[in-house]
Amino acid sequence: MTIVRRSGAARMRRTGPPFWLALPALVLFGCFALLPLVGVAVLSFMEWDGLGTPRWAGTEIWLDTVTDPATRAALWRTVVFVVVSYLFQAPVALLLGVFTAGRQRYRAVFAVLYFLPLLFSSAAIGITFRSLLDPNFGLSRAFSPGTLTTNWLGDPDLALYAVIFVVGWCFVPFHALLYQAGVRQIPASLYEAATLDGAGRWQQLRHVTLPQLRYTIVTSSTLMLVGSLTCFDVVFVLTAGGPGEATRILPLDMYLTGFRSYQMGPASVIAVILVVIGLTLSLFLSRVSGAGRMQSQQAGAA
Amino acid sequence: MSRRRIRETPNVLGALGGLVWVVVTIVPVYYLVLTSLRRQQDYFVENPLLPPADPTLDAYRLVLENDFLRYLGNSLVITVASVVVILTVSLMASYYLVRAGTPLSRGTLRLVLLGLAIPVQATIIPVYYLIVRLGLYDTLVALILPAVAFAIPISVLIIVNFVRDIPAELFESMHADGAGHGRVLVALVLPLSRPALLTVGIYQALQVWNGFLFPLILTQSSSVRVLPLSLWTYQGQFAVNVPAVLAAVTLSALPVLAAFIVGRRQLVSGLTAGFGK
Repeated sequence: MTIVRRSGAARMRRTGPPFWLALPALVLFGCFALLPLVGVAVLSFMEWDGLGTPRWAGTEIWLDTVTDPATRAALWRTVVFVVVSYLFQAPVALLLGVFTAGRQRYRAVFAVLYFLPLLFSSAAIGITFRSLLDPNFGLSRAFSPGTLTTNWLGDPDLALYAVIFVVGWCFVPFHALLYQAGVRQIPASLYEAATLDGAGRWQQLRHVTLPQLRYTIVTSSTLMLVGSLTCFDVVFVLTAGGPGEATRILPLDMYLTGFRSYQMGPASVIAVILVVIGLTLSLFLSRVSGAGRMQSQQAGAA
Repeated sequence: MSRRRIRETPNVLGALGGLVWVVVTIVPVYYLVLTSLRRQQDYFVENPLLPPADPTLDAYRLVLENDFLRYLGNSLVITVASVVVILTVSLMASYYLVRAGTPLSRGTLRLVLLGLAIPVQATIIPVYYLIVRLGLYDTLVALILPAVAFAIPISVLIIVNFVRDIPAELFESMHADGAGHGRVLVALVLPLSRPALLTVGIYQALQVWNGFLFPLILTQSSSVRVLPLSLWTYQGQFAVNVPAVLAAVTLSALPVLAAFIVGRRQLVSGLTAGFGK
């Protein structure tokens, strides 16, 4: 009996867990994530109205979509959206993270309040701000008539920036949490040493906190940039791409082209462009962070 | 000692900056709750930042009379179902990926982790095509399948990192006692990876709960409408009745608020999931 059991156990150790354990995850992932990724590339060469059967159209759709001024305008708008969003979100999130990492009582209270936006879905936030930014009945009514009646979401020159602000309002708290966790992992000995060397608050931030946070900065930046690139929900609810096409960034352009104009081919081309830009950004940033990996993150911490 | 001296000089600039963001954060939420308590006609005349002269729950009553609870139920169903499936298949896969140690398992792990870089939004057209072809359009299952698929890479990553830390001796002694793989999974891997499962569960629950794009393209009937999408349709339905729209928004945040109050620490660590390291 014991001999049989032993040999059974030995065989099990040799073979390890069977492959079928991974099968459900692989099938689900393969069918509804990996296959669509391949599918979007295939569909970008096909003509399809969303109802009938997709028909092969070759490179024509690619040429038409890429040379279309509307696509180029959307691409440029997306670049502005991503860059300005980053310039707004990154410093605010970093500073809030450093701020809330402090152990003072009032900062803990502030940190709870900073968490508020995370309780809401993007749709909820979009709807709230749509009402808040209304030039007639929103926040503008709180002041005497004529002082703050700017039509933030209705003015083509302002709408994109108003949207960037709202998107920032959504995402800053999450990134502040990442930075808070990052700062709290920095060894206190580094600050003690810096203080002994006579470093002030600003110098500590510059020479201790920022270098120690470099991995958090890379992670957060990647998520911010790719997140802005693929941002859909808030913008859709806030402006649906308007006024005119003022906030029609690529994800909106893709949705509206595919599901409102029923041109799935061109919409797939835009989707492929999104995937390529997204992957390039992620890869580039992981390279940048990978280059410094040989250096210990805690170098100098005793 | 020297640290204490630094602490004692108050950081006025930091406190002021922190206060500015508190105001930026609070004003929209304050406006939201206040407006939801106004009468519809008062909304057009009262100062939006002052409490309503005549507060009322009419807006909430209207929202509840307009199928809010059904949408809430739909959201609960897809969230719970997705999370249960995600945790089950990811845990099974993680056990295999960590303990098999074969070229096949290593290749599989690499393939799954590749999925971390797939932007979900970019795949909506083929997902729509698949769901229509499978005859699942306009069903709750249509919302669960893609949610699970895109959750697998990050879930597997987090759980694998956890299972890897379980000492090999524990597996060996269980096998020596004659336990099969199913038993090892349930009696050893499951209990020891509970913190990772909690993190993954919270993170993915929020993702599914807040999801808007898949419901937008994969459903249309009100019988399968989920909460975030319902807010958008309420906006069209109630039109000028802004207090009612904002009452729906306020109600939609209550479940997450409750979760925040019950388990703030877990919620925060779940939110930042695998990114916090």
